[in-house]
Parts: sequence; C-alpha cells; structure tokens
Amino acid sequence: MIADNDITSTLQEQVVAGIAANQPLTIIGGGSKAFYGNETQGTALHVSPHTGVMAYEPSELCITARAGTRLQDIEALLAANGQKLAFEPPCFSATSTIGGVVAAGLSGPARPWAGSVRDHVLGVKLITGYGKVASFGGQVMKNVAGYDISRLITGSMGTLGVILEVSLKVMPRPVTELTLALEMPSEEAFELTTTMRRSTFPLSATCYFDGCLYLRLSGVPSHVFASHRKIGGEAINNADEFWLALRNQTHEFFQQYDRPLWRLSFPPATNVISRLEGNSLVEWGGSQRWVYTNIPVNLIRNIAHKGDGHATVYRGSLPGVNPFHPLADNLRNVQQRLKQALDPHGIFNPGRMYKDW
Amino acid sequence: MNTATTPNPALLQQLKDILPEEAILTAKEDLHPYECDGLTAYRHLPLAVVLPTTTEQVQLILKTCSRLKVPVVARGAGTGLSGGALPHEGGIVLSLARFKQILEIDTANLHARVQPGVRNLAISQAVDHLGLFYAPDPSSQIACSIGGNVAENSGGVHCLKYGLTVHNILEIQLVTIDGELMTIGNDRQDTPGYDLLALLTGSEGMLGVVVEVLVRLTVKPDTVQVLMADFAAVNDAGDAVAAIISKGIIPAGLEMMDNPAIRAAEDFIHAGYPIDANAILLCELDGTEDEVSEQVARVSAILKNHRAGTIHIAKTAAERARLWAGRKAAFPAVGRISPDYYCMDGTIPRKHLAHVLNKINDYSQQYGLGVANVFHAGDGNLHPLILYDANRTGELEKAERFGADILELCVKVGGSITGEHGVGHEKLDSMCVQFGEAELEVFHAVKRAFDPDELLNPGKAVPTLHRCAELGAMHVHHGQLSHPELPRF
Repeated sequence: MIADNDITSTLQEQVVAGIAANQPLTIIGGGSKAFYGNETQGTALHVSPHTGVMAYEPSELCITARAGTRLQDIEALLAANGQKLAFEPPCFSATSTIGGVVAAGLSGPARPWAGSVRDHVLGVKLITGYGKVASFGGQVMKNVAGYDISRLITGSMGTLGVILEVSLKVMPRPVTELTLALEMPSEEAFELTTTMRRSTFPLSATCYFDGCLYLRLSGVPSHVFASHRKIGGEAINNADEFWLALRNQTHEFFQQYDRPLWRLSFPPATNVISRLEGNSLVEWGGSQRWVYTNIPVNLIRNIAHKGDGHATVYRGSLPGVNPFHPLADNLRNVQQRLKQALDPHGIFNPGRMYKDW
Repeated sequence: MNTATTPNPALLQQLKDILPEEAILTAKEDLHPYECDGLTAYRHLPLAVVLPTTTEQVQLILKTCSRLKVPVVARGAGTGLSGGALPHEGGIVLSLARFKQILEIDTANLHARVQPGVRNLAISQAVDHLGLFYAPDPSSQIACSIGGNVAENSGGVHCLKYGLTVHNILEIQLVTIDGELMTIGNDRQDTPGYDLLALLTGSEGMLGVVVEVLVRLTVKPDTVQVLMADFAAVNDAGDAVAAIISKGIIPAGLEMMDNPAIRAAEDFIHAGYPIDANAILLCELDGTEDEVSEQVARVSAILKNHRAGTIHIAKTAAERARLWAGRKAAFPAVGRISPDYYCMDGTIPRKHLAHVLNKINDYSQQYGLGVANVFHAGDGNLHPLILYDANRTGELEKAERFGADILELCVKVGGSITGEHGVGHEKLDSMCVQFGEAELEVFHAVKRAFDPDELLNPGKAVPTLHRCAELGAMHVHHGQLSHPELPRF
C-alpha cells in the first residue's frame, strides 16, 4: 500500500525561505544516488515523505506519482498489471524514489532498445526557482504545448527545480524472455552485436563480461524461440536475476571499491578499445562501457573523445575532477544561462553537475 | 496587413554582403508565397526572405539580425498548421529550403545526417534499399521538411510504437541568435549536462535555427498487416482501443475515423470504407511473420468482443496502402466537402474519448458548423476538422471559437491543446487555458537564456503574461476561466 501524503506546501515553504535567504538546498529523495555527481552544500530538502500514486490506468499506458514514491512500490504496482518501466532504472536501495529516477536520468540494460528515462517522461510538476508550483507536459503521449520542460528536467540532477510529481509512460511486459550466453572473444562479440543491430531479432539487452556475451531476447514466444534457434548458444537459468544484478549493480563486477569506476559512453558501432579492456564490462550493444582504471583522467577522457564518446566518473571521487565530462565552451555557456534563468537565486543543488553552477 | 514595411536599408546592405542577390527576396510578388504557412487564415508580408545555402551564411545572417535587432522567422517547407512560420512584418523569413542534402548514411550506427530542408519522406526513401526507415511519419511527409519536424516535434500515425521526432533524432547543429554554432546531442545513449536536444525539439524556432539533423534509422519490420473494423457505436470503438492496449499489444498504428470523416475519405479515395459505420478503426501490426499473425488473431478477437461489425484484413500490400490512403487523405477529403475547414489538434487521455466526441457534437450544433473527426486513437491525439465557409461573414470567427472550446475541453479532461501541430500563432490564447503564471514564467526564462532580445520567431508559441491576463479578464466576464494571481492591465 502506497501512502497518500502530500507535503507540497511544506516543501514550497522551504524553497521560498531558501530564496528569501539565498540559502542553497540539497534535494534528497531516497539518497541512493548520493554517490553520483558532486557533493553539494545546502540545507537538506527531504522529498521522500511526498508519496502517492495520483493516477494509474493500465490502458492509458501512464502512471502519475508523487516524487517521493518508492521506485520498488511503483514497479510492484506495474508488475501486478503486466506492465513495467521499459527503461529499467537502477534501484540501488529500497529507498530509491521515482523523483530520484527522473532527476538522475539513469537507465538500465534495456535502454538502447526501449529508450531512456527522458523518452518515457510525459510530465512533471515542479517547485520552480521562483518558488511556485508549476506543471509541464501531462499524461498524454503527445504534447507540444510550451517548451519541453519535463524532458529538460530529466537528468538535471535537481539543479533546475524540485520535482513534486512525475508522469511516466509505461509499457507492457514482454510475454517471453530468454537470455543466451555465448563465450567468445571481445572482437567477435563486437561483430555479432553490430550485425544484430541491423536485424529484427528481439534484442532487449546485451552484456559482455569475462569472455562471455549475454543476449536477452524479449517478445512473443514464436519470435523469441525462432531467434534462439538462429543465434544458437545456451539459455541461462536465473536470467532475471542476472539482469537485475547488472541494473542494480549488485553483480560481482560492481563490487570493487579500490579504484574509481568509470562509465564511458560511445556511439553504438564503436570497436573494441584495447586500452579499456581488462577490468571492464560492456552493455547496451557496446554503447556503455564500465571500466575500473587508474589511467589518468586526461588520458581516459582523451580516449573517450577520440572515439566520439564521453567519460563519467561514476563512483569514487578523484580530487579536482568533475565527474561529468567537460562541455564545449558554447554549450557550457548556454547551460549556465539556462540554470541562471530557471534558478535565479542559485538555490537548487548548486555544483551538483558542474562546479560553476 | 498585406503591405510590406519599407525594408531597412542597413539590413539589406548587410544581407547583400552575405548572400548573392538571387538569395534575397524583397519584391512584393516574391514575398507573397511566404506570407503564411499551412494555416492560411493568417498572412503577413516580411521585410525580406533570405535563402542561404551554407551554415556560415546562416550564422552571419543571424549575427546581423541580432546586431540590428531584426526579428527572424525560420521556415522549412511551410506546411505547418499553426502559423509557426507566419512572417513577422518587421522581420525577415529565413528559409532553409536550400539545405536539401542527405550528408551521410551510416548503416553500422543506424543514423543519417541530413540538412534541415530534406523532406521527411525523402529520408525513408533514401534508406529503403538498406531495409531501414525514418519512423516519424506526419501525414504531410511527402512535403514537410525534417527541420520543421524538429521545430514542431512532429508525430504521425506510427508514433505510438516508434515515438515522436524527439525520440528519433540524435543530434542537431544549432545556430543561436548571436550566430554561434553548437552541437546539441550526439550519437550515444546519453549526453553530459542538460538534455538540450529535448528542450529544442518542438521549440518552434524560438530558441535557435537548426542547420543539420542526425536522425535515427529503424530496421524495417519483416511483415506488416492492416486490419479495418467498423462499429455502429463510437463508444465501442473507443473501448476496443483501450482493450487492445491493456492486453499488452502496441500496434504500429491505431487510427479512428467518425462517420463524416469516413464518408469524405471514401468519396475521395474509394478506400473501401463502410460509409454507414459510425466509426472505423484502422490497426496496423508489424513484426515477424509469426508475431504478426499471432497479434492479428488476438486483435481480431478483441474487436469482436467490442461489437465490431466486419473485420477486414488487408490481403495485399496494395490493399493495405489503400486503407491507409483514405486516412492519410482525410484532410484534403474534407476539403472537398466544405469550402474551408479548420483542423484542430488536441490530445486527451483515451478513456475520455466518447465524452469528448459527444461534447464536440454538442458544440457543432451550438455553433451550427459541421465537424469530421480523425483520431490517432492509440496515443489520444484528436483532429477534429471544423467545416466552415470563410466567405460567410463571421464563420471563421465562429470556427475559431468552436476550436478554442474543443481545446479547452481537452485541457479539462487532462489533455493538451496541441499534440503535434504546435502552438505557433494560432493557439496563443489556448496556452493561457493550459498554463498559468508559474509555467509561463519558466517558459519566458528559457527564452531569455537563448534569445534575450526576443528576435527569434517573436510573438509565437508562448503568450505574454499580459495577453493571458486580458484573456483571463475576458473569460471571467463569460464566467469561465480566470487568472486571479495576475495583475490586470
């Protein structure tokens, strides 16, 4: 049972007080992604008590919930109706909130095939930098009235407003899922995933780890089983647990804490990069590569840059290093202006994404 | 309204330094083709129309306009339906029509780099032999340009399954009002910093000018099947749509037409629509052979359960194309039965369909104007076509009031005043119905961050607080809506 608890007025009072006193606020949901991005100094603004499902009708393919509602509660509700959040957001702890999912904008294993968090955000209700409650987007799939603030907010790490409510597109769960494990060298895995990108195989997740390529197939039974016959390989047991462990980073690969964990993002057909081989795990058909490394920051960002990619310090702090990849000057300027325009008093999570704002 | 203001001599001189003479139009007869877009009820002549061919020229043009404080209205193919490309009388029209190149097709990364003047359908045609297509398919796809699609976040009949423009573009090259060129987005699955690509998609030329687009290409499904079902009751058709979706089936397309729309389309295209039905549903399913035949069986059963009359499954590709042709030609078909029509674009949660359609019929009687409804039923996007005759005094105004009432109704049931056509010039007043001061303040802040002097497409898409306050006052007078929080002017 999800508690129906509206604390909008309390939150708004705190924001208005923050504006009046120029006192920054650190917005906290479940605190499960506190490791991600820069630390911010500010008065804590706790959103997690703000809970409740405002609207959910499976046939509308949309759920609207208060930001503090726990991700696991929402997922359970959707599962009971044969639906899911298709972007498979990580749930790093039982306290993870749906507001935090949208604010951090992190997607899971299905991302390249099912779309990202922002692809599923239909609407948000915010406390703005002017201290007012404002609603953008809505519960409908198509909505082009006004600028798309809902998707801009997604992944903005709480720097542009306090999320009060989100409306998300939900999708049916696939009827059948099957995960194949194929042992092969990384070059072969690269070739296979590149070929598969041009096919109509019902691919919904990939992982290359420890000399083995894992392919998840999702869809109607006939299609999934026919694809299995064509691709070959063994179907693994406990496939759901395997992908959940990747998604929530409880998989053994993510249990190393002696070095920083980098996340590199590349165009899909980026070849194997030998400098990044070794202590690594590759997802998203090659687009997302996790690496533990002590390679100097400049060097790793250079490797990313050369491959048309970017590199994020996902976990573990490096002194003086901004976790997020530096932006081109003109892009940084416009983002800074946007931050100033939407949060004129600079009170929302200052410095959480980039130190200057 | 139909006279061009005297061109600013400094502006013209500087434009001539940037562009060859033939790329600058100033003669009245040359400006007339640009006086409106697909919404022909509003027309203005701009000072000049410029037709650059390079990004550098666009940068210099914008730099010049920024310096001289001259408004700029960017224009693609001019097929927009909300007056988004309506010229500004004191400004220039920046046409991207000469940016027609498909620059790159990458079959490994599944993307194409195209210039903004490339037609939507031309992209799919260029990659068809590779077994790929560009998914968003607005009905105007033979004519509309990809740059315009980005500006409006265009949809189409296949966006329930394949998404809108925002889901199918990866990167844009944008020129800002001060002439700066920036790359927004990339060919990866995420981007550092704010998601400006999402913000810019659908921003109606208010924040920058798109000079290049990287679009995602989709692998064509093995098989496509189209079903048509007729219904004696509109409610049953609406319930069938909800039932299909709640059974976990996401059709590639799911369209509804009401009786006036069916009759008009059948008369025009001879698609084989049942002219006595009160509603038809067109349902397209795609995937592998097995997948599609399984889904056809399931959808047919659901349709039968919801009292569909005949369920017709297209037997050949030609028949499939004919069934869609009727739907895609619904607008011109309605154009044949009425001297003029006014196309609306509201979205609603699907569950309110029957209520909304009944209300629209009430309004129709109240205003004494006919209406035909076509509906992207899968995603709740309604296109009522209001029939009127502009030659009859007062009918256009009546049609506009009828339209505004429909949009207000959409907002009331939890929907939006525009699903895919944009606000443009047309729906500024309806924006005041959907949004209050708190939202408008944020929209204006966004505009300020990109275009502080408000030179890009000024006066479109986002109404001023003043305008909404006055409208609010007017609405209070009628006992409807109000903005008590706003100062009165």
